[in-house]
Amino acid sequence: MKRVGVFVCHCGTNIGAVVDCPQVAEKAMDFPGVVYSVDYKYMCSEPGQEMIKKAVQEHRLDRVVVASCSPRMHERTFQRCVEGAGLNSYFVEMANIREHCSWVHAGEPEKATEKAMDLVKMAVAKVVKNKPLQKATIPVTDRALVIGGGIAGIQAALDIANAGHVVDIVEKEPSIGGKMAQIDKTFPTLDCSACILTPKMVEAASHPNINLLTYSEVEKVEGFVGNFDVTIKKKARSVNMDVCTGCGLCMEKCPKKVDSEFELKMSKRRAIYTPFPQAIPNKPVIDRENCTYFNTGKCGICSKVCPAGAVDYTQEDEYLTRRYGAIVVAIGFELFDYSVIGEYGYGKYPDVITGLHFERLVNASGPTLGKIKRPSDHKEPKNVVFIKCVGSRDPAKGKSYCSKACCMYTAKHATLVREKIKDSNIYIFYMDVRTPGKGYDEFYNRTREQYGANYIRGRVSKIYQQGERLIVRGEDTLLGRPVEIEADLVVLATAMVAQPGAGQLAQKLGIGYDKDHFYTEAHPKLAPVETHTQGVYLAGACQGPKDIPESVAQASAAAAKVCGLLSKREMLTEPIVSEVNESICAGCGMCVAICPYKAIELKTISERIQGQTVERQVASVNGGLCQGCGACTVACRSAALNLKHFTDQQILAEVNALCL
Amino acid sequence: MSVNEVTWQPKILVFACNWCTYAGADLTGLSRLQYPATVRILRVPCSGRINPQFVLKAFQKGVDAVLVAGCHPGDCHYTTGNYFTRRRFLIMRRLMEYVGLEPERLQARWISAAEAPKFQQVITEISEQIRALGPNRKLRDEEWKI
Repeated sequence: MKRVGVFVCHCGTNIGAVVDCPQVAEKAMDFPGVVYSVDYKYMCSEPGQEMIKKAVQEHRLDRVVVASCSPRMHERTFQRCVEGAGLNSYFVEMANIREHCSWVHAGEPEKATEKAMDLVKMAVAKVVKNKPLQKATIPVTDRALVIGGGIAGIQAALDIANAGHVVDIVEKEPSIGGKMAQIDKTFPTLDCSACILTPKMVEAASHPNINLLTYSEVEKVEGFVGNFDVTIKKKARSVNMDVCTGCGLCMEKCPKKVDSEFELKMSKRRAIYTPFPQAIPNKPVIDRENCTYFNTGKCGICSKVCPAGAVDYTQEDEYLTRRYGAIVVAIGFELFDYSVIGEYGYGKYPDVITGLHFERLVNASGPTLGKIKRPSDHKEPKNVVFIKCVGSRDPAKGKSYCSKACCMYTAKHATLVREKIKDSNIYIFYMDVRTPGKGYDEFYNRTREQYGANYIRGRVSKIYQQGERLIVRGEDTLLGRPVEIEADLVVLATAMVAQPGAGQLAQKLGIGYDKDHFYTEAHPKLAPVETHTQGVYLAGACQGPKDIPESVAQASAAAAKVCGLLSKREMLTEPIVSEVNESICAGCGMCVAICPYKAIELKTISERIQGQTVERQVASVNGGLCQGCGACTVACRSAALNLKHFTDQQILAEVNALCL
Repeated sequence: MSVNEVTWQPKILVFACNWCTYAGADLTGLSRLQYPATVRILRVPCSGRINPQFVLKAFQKGVDAVLVAGCHPGDCHYTTGNYFTRRRFLIMRRLMEYVGLEPERLQARWISAAEAPKFQQVITEISEQIRALGPNRKLRDEEWKI
C-alpha cells in the first residue's frame, strides 16, 4: 500500500477565501492510501516546501499530492521539492483547486469545497499508480549538417563553425552561393552582392571546421535529435576534385555549348562548367546529359587537354552516411514560373522578363557585361515598365502571401536603370508599396523623388507587341483612368515560391510545411527557427519569403540554437514517452502509421515457445523521437502501448475516483 | 454512493489537452470568469490520447456527460492528434445513438489557450443542456434510485 501525503494550499486568500481548505485536508484522510494531510497558507513558499520534505520523512510518505494552483504553474517546483525529500520527482501530482475551482466558483463556496475534494481524490487515485521515471541521457554528436549553401546556409555554417563545431554544408548545385550570387546589387545600400557574398563563400570553404559537399543531395534521414544518421548522395562530377587545379582549360576547349542556368538561359556555358566565375569550389563538373562524350562516346577533349588528368568519365554517384547532432535547413526559394500562367506575355515576348533576369542583365559579369539591353534585339531600352505582385497576393494564382522583397528590389532596379540610362523613363505598376525595414522607406522615396520613377497604382490588364515595342495597358486607380505605355522592356516581380523539392525533403526530415510548401516553424512568435522535430532548425527563405538581412539574422539564430545543443555532450530526454508491452503486442503496425514523429518501428524478436524458437514482429518506441502525445495508445488494438505517467490505468483511476 | 433524483447535480467530466484547453481553463480562472461547479477537468497530454473506452467507462461509473476538448484543428501541439480525436468523436457519437445513449452526453469542442470566454460559455451551455436532459441512467454500474 502506498503512503500518500496531501498538502492543501490556501494560496493566501486566493483559495482559502472560497474553499474550506482545512475541511478538504480532513476529508483527504478518507481517500485510499492517504496517511497524512495538512493545509497551509503558501505551499510553494520556502516553509511550505520544507513542510512537505519534513512530512515525507516523518510519515514515510512515498507519494505526494499538492492541492493548489495549476500544474502549469508550479509542477516543476513541487517535483524538485519531492526530489529534495528523496522521492522520484514523478511521485507528485497536483490538484488544481485555484484556476479550476476557487477562482471560477467564487460565489459557491460549498460547491467549490466539494469540487476541491473531488479533484484531490482524483489526484490521489492517480498518484498511487505513478511509477518512478528517470530522465534518460542520450549522447550528442558534435557535428552539424547545413542543407543548402546559399547565404543563409553559409551564415549558419560559419556561426556554428566559429563556435568550434564541425559543420557539413550540402549543396545540390556545383557551387555554393545560392540566389545571392545571381543578384547584382543589394538594397538599400546598393553595395554589390558578389562583393559581400564571395568573401563569405571563401571563408566557408577555407574554414577548418567546415566541409563543403557540393553537387550533393540529402538522400535519407534517420535517427533523432543528437544522433541523426543522414545519407548524402554525392553526384558524380566526372572530375576528380583532389587532382583538379581549377585552371579552366577544359571549359575553354569544350566544344559543346548549353544554355547557362546561372544566367537564366541568356548566355551559354559549356558541357563541362562551373556555374559562374567565382564559383566555390572553383572546379568544374560535367553535365552528363549534354556532354558529347557521354551521349556518343566520341569527343573526350576535356580529358585530353586537362594538364592534371583530373577528368574521370567513370566516376559514379557516391553515397556517404554521417551522424549529426543537429540539422539546419536552408534550401531557400525559387521564383514562380510565370510562363505557366501566360499572363503579361511572359514566355511569349522575349522582352518580358523577371526581376532575376534583370539582375543578370545589369550585372557587370552577366551576359551583357552590365549594359542593360533588351533580350530580343540587344537595344538599350528607354521605357521600362515594372509590374509588382506578379503572382504574389493573388489567390487566383494560388499565392495569397506577399513575397516581401519585391517592393524593395523593384525600387532598386528602377534606380539602376536610371543610373545607367540617363534618358530612360520608369513606370512601376503596384498594388501597395510595402517598405518596412531600416532605411527602406527612405530608399523608396529616393527612387521616386530623386530618380523620378513613376509609380502607378493599379494592375496591368494586357501586354501586347506592336512593332518593336510592347504596349502595356493598365489602370491608374488613383486617377481613375486607363493608362497605356509603350515599353521597351517589361520586368515582372514574380512571386517567391518554395523550392520544388521542399515537400519531399520535409518528409525525409519529418518537419511540417504549409499550403505553399514553406516550412513551418515550431511557434510563429516564440520558436521561429525551431521545427516540430527536435534538433532540426530553419534558416532563410525556405520558411517564408525573406530578404537577405532577414535570412542572415535567422541563420544566426538557428546557429545559436545548434550551438546550444552541440555544446552539451549529452542531453536529457523527457521520460513521458510511450512504452510497448511486447508480450501482448500483435505487431499489427497501427501505431506506426499514427505516430506523427516516426518514433515507432516494427522490430523482429525471437521467443522460445514450447521449446521452439519463434520469430515475430512487435512495435518498438524510440524514446528520443517520441514526444509523448499518446496517439499510439488509442490506435493500439491489443492495449500493448501505454503512455508513461498518463497510463490507461492512471486515467481510469481518475475517472473512477471522480465517481466514487 | 447511492444517487437519486432529489439531490442530483450534473457531473461532467472534461478531458482537456495540456496545451490548449487545460491552459484555456487556467486562463478562465485567471480572468475570474465564473461557470457552474459541475465539471471536473482531467488533464491529458493531447486530445488524441483520449480513448473512447475512457468515455464508456465514465458513463458506466455514473458521469452524466463527457466533454472532449483540445486544440483547434491545425493547431495541435503534436501536429495531428486532434484530427484523430475528431474522427473518433464522430464515430463515437454515432455509436451512442445506435446503442440508445443520448449523443448529447458526449461533446467535443476546440478551445485554445487564449479562449477563456469560450471555455466559460461551453461549460455553462453543456451544464444547462445536461440539466435539462437529466441524469445518465443507462450503462451505469450502480442502480438508479428514486
